[in-house]
Amino acid sequence: MSASTETRVNDFVIKIGTVNGTGSASANELLMKTIFRMGVPVVGKNIFPSNIQGLPTWYEIRVTGEGHAGRSGDVNIMIAMNPESYERDLAELTTGGILIYDSTWPRPHFMSRADVTVIGVPLSSMCNDAFKVARSRILMKNMAYVGAVAALIDLDVNVIHGLVDEMFAAKTKLIPANREAVALGYDFVTNTYKGPKAFKVEALGKTDGKIMIDGNTAAGLGCVYAGATFGSWYPITPSTSLMDGFANYCSLLRKHPETGENLYCIIQAEDELAAAGMAMGAAWNGARAFTPTSGAGISLMSEFIGFAYYAEVGLVYFDIMRVGPSTGMPTRTQQCDINLTAYASHGDTKHIVVYPADPGECFTMAAQAFDLAERFQTPVFFLSDLDIGMNDWMVDELTWDENYAPDRGKIMSSEQLAEIKQFERYMDHDGDHIPYRTLPGTDPKGAYFLRGSGHNKHGKYTEISEEYQEVVDRLNLKWKSAADHVPQPIVTRSKSKAKYGVIAIGSSDGAVREACEGLAKDGIHLDYMRIRAFPFPQSVEDFILDHEAVFIVEQNRDAQLLNLLLTETTVPRESLVSVKYYAGQPLGYRFVHQALTDGIAALSKRKKSA
Amino acid sequence: MTSFVKPRIDLKNAPVNDIGMTRQDYDGSMSTLCAGCGHDSVTAAMARAFYELSIEPHKAVKVSGIGCSSKTTAYFLKEAHGANTVHGRMPSFATGAMAANSALTYIGVSGDGDSLSIGIGQMIHAMRRNPNMLYMLENNGVYGLTKGQFSASADIGSKAKKGAVNEQPPIDPCALGLSVGASFIARSFSGDRQQLVPLIKAGLKHKGFALIDVISPCVSFNDHKGSTKSYEHTYKYYHKAVHADYVPPSQEIKAAYDEGATMPVELHDGGKILLRKLDPDYDPRDRGAAFSKIIGSKDSDEILTGLLYIDETGEDMAEQNNLEARPLNQIPYAELNPGAKALKELQKSFR
Repeated sequence: MSASTETRVNDFVIKIGTVNGTGSASANELLMKTIFRMGVPVVGKNIFPSNIQGLPTWYEIRVTGEGHAGRSGDVNIMIAMNPESYERDLAELTTGGILIYDSTWPRPHFMSRADVTVIGVPLSSMCNDAFKVARSRILMKNMAYVGAVAALIDLDVNVIHGLVDEMFAAKTKLIPANREAVALGYDFVTNTYKGPKAFKVEALGKTDGKIMIDGNTAAGLGCVYAGATFGSWYPITPSTSLMDGFANYCSLLRKHPETGENLYCIIQAEDELAAAGMAMGAAWNGARAFTPTSGAGISLMSEFIGFAYYAEVGLVYFDIMRVGPSTGMPTRTQQCDINLTAYASHGDTKHIVVYPADPGECFTMAAQAFDLAERFQTPVFFLSDLDIGMNDWMVDELTWDENYAPDRGKIMSSEQLAEIKQFERYMDHDGDHIPYRTLPGTDPKGAYFLRGSGHNKHGKYTEISEEYQEVVDRLNLKWKSAADHVPQPIVTRSKSKAKYGVIAIGSSDGAVREACEGLAKDGIHLDYMRIRAFPFPQSVEDFILDHEAVFIVEQNRDAQLLNLLLTETTVPRESLVSVKYYAGQPLGYRFVHQALTDGIAALSKRKKSA
Repeated sequence: MTSFVKPRIDLKNAPVNDIGMTRQDYDGSMSTLCAGCGHDSVTAAMARAFYELSIEPHKAVKVSGIGCSSKTTAYFLKEAHGANTVHGRMPSFATGAMAANSALTYIGVSGDGDSLSIGIGQMIHAMRRNPNMLYMLENNGVYGLTKGQFSASADIGSKAKKGAVNEQPPIDPCALGLSVGASFIARSFSGDRQQLVPLIKAGLKHKGFALIDVISPCVSFNDHKGSTKSYEHTYKYYHKAVHADYVPPSQEIKAAYDEGATMPVELHDGGKILLRKLDPDYDPRDRGAAFSKIIGSKDSDEILTGLLYIDETGEDMAEQNNLEARPLNQIPYAELNPGAKALKELQKSFR
């Protein structure tokens, strides 16, 4: 073995390279959950192609006893099951790492790297001997590599068995064969490689009260708890599982206890234009309504978004971002719709946007998004991404405040209408820039005509300049006033006074936090602000002005967040430094650490030369 | 331009309907369409139908897209909520609205540009879903607000005001509706109130998607010689096939009817649509027959009108979605919230 004799405990990365469509997903989940159930925090990333069968796909499991939330950027153990990606997989391995491959077909060229250990496990031949049916030979090979890794890093076999039993609870006949396959890999590695372990999992008590969940499922569940009754959608990666989550939990939890009738309605629309129209129609008619999509869908929905903004109808658009522009890379992640969602649609439009950072926030922010939409009678965007939406994250167990009551905003009842002379849809009665709405079918006195054409504060059609302007000016004030009500930024102050700051949103959080912690160990102190919504609260501008320079870390090419900060605050351009990663993989801390180190060095140089 | 309030002239002893409202109570704001526009006649027919059915105006919802026809939702039922949505997208908006509250009466008003060009996808998919609404397609073969371009319903050989001749085959909304499952399909003419008002009543009472294609001439851009959507042309080739009357549940059909020429169709609310067949061998419950009749009429240049097809047996959108009778927007949050305990329980699968 060329690896160092020192054992790395609970701090390494396992990556599995397979062919998509071969059933490896459940084996990978088994591996990750075993570590999780041993009480050791994990980060799971599925790096998959836009394809059903036959292309390379990877699953990455970071074992992180420290409980970091992002990727590390290293690969310490590579399970190379796909000949097509062998070379890339070997090259990606960090020095001192281990590569496991199916040695049924020996690959002497793997010996080309002297700084890694290669372990051949004859997975195919073992499974071909043990199992008869062709499909099960393929599937069992996956279970066999789980066994091989288990032996390599000392996983608790009893935990694996428990999980296998749960996986096949509905088909108990399959349990013995799956256990057998795990044992094949386990025994082979145990008997063949007897040296000291380079990497090891040791049980910790750090996952109590935690769950593993993806953001889309959490957001769908959040919609159920928020009291959403209507969802319309058009299938699009990576947002589809959000509606799947909503539908699953509705069918479990949202049926009339006696009649079995649905207390919700989900319509699969013919396209995103229709999905947006349906959600808006339902919201106008008093249902909590939403539509999940991705950036391409927001482009198509933009006409209705402008209508909802101008006519003041509150609903929630979930944008699970993927790599753009155009079709882009549908199964890769980016933060590329920051601009799009801030100002979607033609004309002067500005929106409320919330930026969840993990599945836990997806759950709570879903309800907040509906409250904001109805309180401010305006479109609210829930800007998540593929990394948050489709990967399993370890988060605190979700809880629900039984005292929660939906904020339906200002809806005028029949009784309230009886007390006023005349209902005027867009009048600012309370001086808070928010008018009252009425629901169809309530009262003859409450009727009004919803229109996207020019209208005055009375709700009537107008082409009179002053009347038009009065309404759009109020809309702008209403939008600005939302800054105090949206989820506020979270600031992590460094232990000693920091010259520089960092700002990020959403899924960049884990990598940025870890990078800041790492830099602090090197004596470089940074304050970190995670912005959680748009419009930006005043504290964002204050944070920037409070530092000599602030690094804006984001996952897009055009520095969209940085530019939005310049547009919407008064901070000077030279106080912001851009850190961008936009190649489509979930952000890793090594990248951020390096970029911040370089950036700080450049700033000191700039200062000296000035 | 701004909106005009229609002056109310209180007529003494004006007749009232079953809920004590006069026909004037069903008016809206003043029309801003051209004098003589077919759409104004259709507006009057819609108001009359709601009045005769004694529907409380505020229990109705009016939806439309963009265009001359879509403006008309402001011109009737001032006590009803209305939504003038975006071009060609009324069906999706209406679909969502109906899902939120299935207990109201929904009427959509659209035109041939709004429905057959920019909005054809939405119209087709709405027909497939069979939501409970009446969809009025005010059809004049031309774009009025942009001054006279052909629409997708213009007939081959029809001449534009400036002389161009249309070469592309027209889309017939009735034939289209039949092919995708619309459950009530009718055609009428803005100039024939006797036929139109009963048809609207029947369409409003039909459970599911009702389409009425109304030839509604554009006096400014398509009422000249050579146009096949002019008043003159429509009167000349007008052919009534089936007349439909709505008979409310409270009313018995007393007059003996001639089996074959007259037939009642039972509605879900206990009322009936009484069909009087002016073509003795035509059965509007037979989808295949309706299709060949509609296609055949094209070849003979005949404008086939009346209730051309009806199917009362299908499930509407609310039933397909297993919704309860109580509207979604009226279910208290306590019933929608599964509670903290259920949340704890379901998370066991995430360990």
